[in-house]
Amino acid sequence: MVGANDHLSVLPVTETGGRRARRTFLRHSGAVVGGSILFIFLTISLLAPLLWTSDPLSVEPMDRLQGMSEKHWFGTDMHGRDLYSRVVYGGRVSLLVGFSVAFLASMIGGLIGLFAGFIRPLDGPLMRVMDGFMSIPPIMLAIALVALTRGSIQNVIIAISIAEIPRVSRLVRGVVLTLREQPYIEAAISMGAGPLRVVFRHILPNAIGPIVVQATFICASAMLAEAALSFIGAGTPPITPSWGNILAEGRMLWQIHPAMVFLPAAALSVTVLAVNMLGDGLSDIFDPRGLGKS
Amino acid sequence: MHATHEANAQLQPTLSIRDLTISFRRDGIWTPAVQQISFNISPGEIVALVGESGSGKSVTALSIAGLLDAKVSRVEGEIFLGGQSLLTLPERRMCELRGNKIAMIFQEPMTSLNPVLTIGRQISEVLVKHRGVSEKEALREAERLLEQVRIPDARSRLTQYPHNFSGGMRQRVMIAMALACRPKLLIADEPTTALDVTVQAQILDLIKDLQADGDMAVLFITHDMGVVAQIADRTVVMYRGDIVEEGATPEIFRAPARPYTRALLSAVPVLGSMADEANPRRYPIVDPVTGNPQPAPPGALTVDTRSEPLLVVKNLTARFDVRTGLFGRLSGRVHAVEDVSFDIKVGETLSLVGESGCGKSTTGRSIMRLIEPTAGEIRLDGQDIGSISGAQLRDHRRNIQMIFQDPFASLNPSMRIGSAIMEPMIIHGRVSRTQAHDRAVDLLEIVGLKRETFNRFPHEFSGGQRQRICIARALALEPKLIVADESVSALDVSIKAQIINLMLELQEKLGLAYLFISHDMAVVERVSHRVAVMYLGEIVEIGPRRAIFSNPRHPYTRKLLSAVPVPDPSVRLKSSPQGVTEFKSPIRSVGYKPPVREYVQVGDEHYVLS
Repeated sequence: MVGANDHLSVLPVTETGGRRARRTFLRHSGAVVGGSILFIFLTISLLAPLLWTSDPLSVEPMDRLQGMSEKHWFGTDMHGRDLYSRVVYGGRVSLLVGFSVAFLASMIGGLIGLFAGFIRPLDGPLMRVMDGFMSIPPIMLAIALVALTRGSIQNVIIAISIAEIPRVSRLVRGVVLTLREQPYIEAAISMGAGPLRVVFRHILPNAIGPIVVQATFICASAMLAEAALSFIGAGTPPITPSWGNILAEGRMLWQIHPAMVFLPAAALSVTVLAVNMLGDGLSDIFDPRGLGKS
Repeated sequence: MHATHEANAQLQPTLSIRDLTISFRRDGIWTPAVQQISFNISPGEIVALVGESGSGKSVTALSIAGLLDAKVSRVEGEIFLGGQSLLTLPERRMCELRGNKIAMIFQEPMTSLNPVLTIGRQISEVLVKHRGVSEKEALREAERLLEQVRIPDARSRLTQYPHNFSGGMRQRVMIAMALACRPKLLIADEPTTALDVTVQAQILDLIKDLQADGDMAVLFITHDMGVVAQIADRTVVMYRGDIVEEGATPEIFRAPARPYTRALLSAVPVLGSMADEANPRRYPIVDPVTGNPQPAPPGALTVDTRSEPLLVVKNLTARFDVRTGLFGRLSGRVHAVEDVSFDIKVGETLSLVGESGCGKSTTGRSIMRLIEPTAGEIRLDGQDIGSISGAQLRDHRRNIQMIFQDPFASLNPSMRIGSAIMEPMIIHGRVSRTQAHDRAVDLLEIVGLKRETFNRFPHEFSGGQRQRICIARALALEPKLIVADESVSALDVSIKAQIINLMLELQEKLGLAYLFISHDMAVVERVSHRVAVMYLGEIVEIGPRRAIFSNPRHPYTRKLLSAVPVPDPSVRLKSSPQGVTEFKSPIRSVGYKPPVREYVQVGDEHYVLS
């Protein structure tokens, strides 16, 4: 068998990693559906001014609490604002909060996790600080921030991010702790790679899968948290059209005007579901065994 | 023995497999892993199923025990156990058969035992479930079984947990559990692959003895032709899901009919085949179509004997603290490497051999500075490399490179292999990016891979190809010394021969020195100029390869050599009367002072621990 020309035989696996990922993604119907819905919602909220909306802030006292009509597709609220426009514009706030928190939390949390996992002496102090952050309920923190300054999207994003950062850093630290024991890390060190190179060239690319998956789940939970904060009045200023705000205003009137509760709630649920489905699909793609769940 | 088999052949076979086809679903497509195979095992017979990885031997075993995942696998054909068809049985009935009529032992004895239950409990559980005896009777029977597999002091061992047992002892426990219900068929899937060679000899002995007592049939799955020669009555050779040859073991070894079998046999390292060779020599190349070997050219002298040694290691010691309890009190030290000294010349291969836990890997990793040695001196080309650190150490690393045991795990899965080979050159900044690229392409060709593979990922290669990539990466910095830590141990026998041929070829071309760390005596004989035998952290014997193999002086070296299975069924190892040897631990108490050791010169450059 010495002459079996092991090095000349062509293996059946000739796909590149990217193509395999794309195929796994397309086979995962949940990911495709989730991704498409998210894409549609994103397009709608970006193109909001072009989608036959009126100014979501313009008050028309004469047209209060109207039902569905040609002029107001979803009717109006108690100030006579066009509900369709408010829901469409509200998507901007939700998605902005969701994506910003996911981005911020996974960047900062990821970095903290990387260093805590790779540099032994930093592990203890960093993780205890994270434990401290984790013990603060995000709603309390948001209320405190709003009380100190005033309700704004930035404050909401900061408050939710602070609550999410420890989760990401714990996850990443765990991944790094297993990755750093891999022989290829040892191989990199033995060829003379410095610590930064080891972290960013060898550990980070292999930890990116779990981080991206976690980011999608954070995105979904941040959108829910934003709605909850707005609902209790600690979120974005009440005048801003956000799904949480519309829900909060509609709760008193829901028996006579259910559309005000139902429409933003439906938009929120569908978006959160879509993001979760996408995250589920991504976690299958990053599954090292590449088997998928089919 | 043969007379009984002929008599048995008249009877109904214990296991009968007819036209077995096993397919797996991957990405929605059914691909056959085993195609239309048929064979029988008679009562009281040991049949070896041999083949390289991917030949379908383990899958066949799993399908007999009904352990394949029905969602992704499909089994067609017929499997009969004593006349009863297994494939049509419902899972509940299969469950009654497993552990009762069919018993299995696996490669990893640690993961096959439950770490939180006592050994006695685990054995008696099988008895209570399948034989319906009381707990008390079951424990008595468990004790008898442990005695049967020659575990000393069986009664007190019953209350111990798996972690109190060494690897070989755990495998004995697994065998005791497998035998608990006096199965008709024992399936042993690579049961000795993870064990040291001296322990392997004992386990093989045990299986043979136990089997001779009754009429149990044994299906023994292995990739090691040496083990096959030692244990099997009949041999079934599998290749890519097909049976290529089947017959009585002596016949298969004496006159292999098929080219594949011939190729497989010629690739088996045979201890003593190098006795007349002055230098390491490549394996003969076997034509896979005709099966005819082409002898390799005799090895050239690569050692530079005139100049100073390349690497000098003096009194190297590595100890690790063992801490126990709530406050991490120092309770002992692992004396992994104790006062080890040796040197390696330019172009020379020094092999470190020994069994697991003897400190050979720790020695290699200390020289790589992947762990900090406790004491000692390491000099490369006269420069002290034991005490440098930081940027100086990183710069020095280009002089010594390492090839690891698991080629897949030592390649970053998210990095294209071209970048992986370029990386060391870029780290050391000696060449421009385009130069590094050109050199990486050259290196791929030097190790026998096509340049088109440059942009592929590690998972797209086979095990042997990955090890070639690792070698290319190690060569990128033109090191003077390569530490090869069990670099061929995980590879199939034919691939192993190819990689060794490559390493020897590179040594001749580039004048490389190797520190070759291995437990495989036959491979060591093939590649080394000199050999150092390690036992419990110390070198017990060091000398020229021919002296060590033809004239071993230390009792441990002799024991190690005599335990290597000989791939010749007519030279079976005699059963060792001493039975069980316990593995000695290198853990010592805190104040332990190692004795001062003296070496006695017994020949030219040949030293033995007195």
